[in-house]
Amino acid sequence: MQKYSFLSLIKNAFSGHKGWEVAWKDPTPKKEYDVVIIGGGGHGLATAYYLAKEHKITNIAVIEKGWIGGGNVGRNTTIIRSNYMHDENGLFYEKGMELWRSMSQDLNFNIMFSPRGIINLAHSDAQMNAYARRGNSMRLNGIDAVLLDREEVKKKVPVLDFSDNVRFPIFGALMQPSAGTARHDAVAWGYARQADSMGVDIIQHCEVTGFDISNGKIQGIKTSRGDIKTKKVGLCVAGSTSILAEMLNMTLPIETHLLQACVSEPIKPILDHVVTFGAGHFYCSQSDKGEMVMGGDLDGYNSYAQRGNLPTLQHVLTEGIAMFPFLSKLNMLRTWGGIMDMSMDGSPIIDKTHIAGLYLNCGWCYGGFKATPASGFTFAHTIAQDRVHELNAGFRLDRFSTGHLIDEKGLGTKTWIS
Amino acid sequence: MLYIKCPHCGLRSQNEFAYGGDASVKRPELNKEISDQEWDEFVYLRKSPRGKHLELWHHVSGCRQWIKVLRDTSTHEIFNTYKSEEKVG
Repeated sequence: MQKYSFLSLIKNAFSGHKGWEVAWKDPTPKKEYDVVIIGGGGHGLATAYYLAKEHKITNIAVIEKGWIGGGNVGRNTTIIRSNYMHDENGLFYEKGMELWRSMSQDLNFNIMFSPRGIINLAHSDAQMNAYARRGNSMRLNGIDAVLLDREEVKKKVPVLDFSDNVRFPIFGALMQPSAGTARHDAVAWGYARQADSMGVDIIQHCEVTGFDISNGKIQGIKTSRGDIKTKKVGLCVAGSTSILAEMLNMTLPIETHLLQACVSEPIKPILDHVVTFGAGHFYCSQSDKGEMVMGGDLDGYNSYAQRGNLPTLQHVLTEGIAMFPFLSKLNMLRTWGGIMDMSMDGSPIIDKTHIAGLYLNCGWCYGGFKATPASGFTFAHTIAQDRVHELNAGFRLDRFSTGHLIDEKGLGTKTWIS
Repeated sequence: MLYIKCPHCGLRSQNEFAYGGDASVKRPELNKEISDQEWDEFVYLRKSPRGKHLELWHHVSGCRQWIKVLRDTSTHEIFNTYKSEEKVG
């Protein structure tokens, strides 16, 4: 594989940029693989990469219905954080933070990781107490957390509405300074390029149409480009999980919902951090291009549409303007939607299933992007060793029937309750 | 914007409604011994189909009745709406 460096950039500039190799190949599917990963998004590609790197399994196919980077890995708001209270989440996402920090070097691909910090605003004394508790829990797990008072927030984010006549005045905030953003497409491309160089076949425009199961064991999959034999299959298909589950005769504790995001026209640098509203669901950061990147609530009903509806966008942006009054002066550049695999407790599932050789990775709700490296790392372990890693031991599929829910915020699919 | 025909009030915008989830889910019978598995199915497990989906909506800013809506989850097309007690054929 060609190494990307300053030197290679200069060399190729002098030869008219004709010497660049393709970043990943376009192979025809083989008859048989050791492992097949369904879903060529961030999680699927990361899983293939860590299977090859950590577990030396390289006879792998990543099967993608569309094109890599075309799903949620290219549709999210690029936020990376580990500000969770419960151990299961905190330790898992903090492993992710460790992997994010070294990812550009590890993948030899600039993912533009920008640890600019995330600020969760608090709008009451009770919320400040809750954030103090969460911050302390984070610090016990080795995650950085700082409780900011109103004046400190004002210094960091002066463009927030600090006037007296607001419905939700800012009391303070919880900040995770090491959190931040990364360029989402580069994450998919970086993992794809490295996985490909280690022998992984990335097969795009190939839809899974069925599974071959006998004696409770997976034997292979059927696809639009022919049958593939394999003993191990990993599902990493986010919002399409329930469609594949139906083919497998499984009913899962997830629902597919629509989540929208949007960006404004680009403006000069005004916001240095990721900031979230504490009295509703709205978050905002400024991209390197200068656009304000914004997101919030689900559209609220089951949907596979990958495109949103205006009432939700209006609701979300009303919260945005309450926080940042200047947003009302900006034009909207682009809005889009993706389909989320909403689990019933708001936490993910990475586990084995009752079918031997079939592994499940789903339930990422609002926050699949930040989990990409940790999800790939632990899912690769689960597949290669046929047992869960200690970091995803809590993300069990059967935790709903046994009562071991991870109710970080009590948010699941039922947004109409919250 | 979705427009939902409330069987009591007529065609209204989605802003007047709150979503209530899959309408085909049945609560286990009262006064019956119920296994953990049955509770799991009722509380947590959902088919979440792509395509036709019978679902509950609450006309919360209107007549406040719960209604059933047959809607396509990939096109958002609404085929029919029903009163809550109405049998869906």
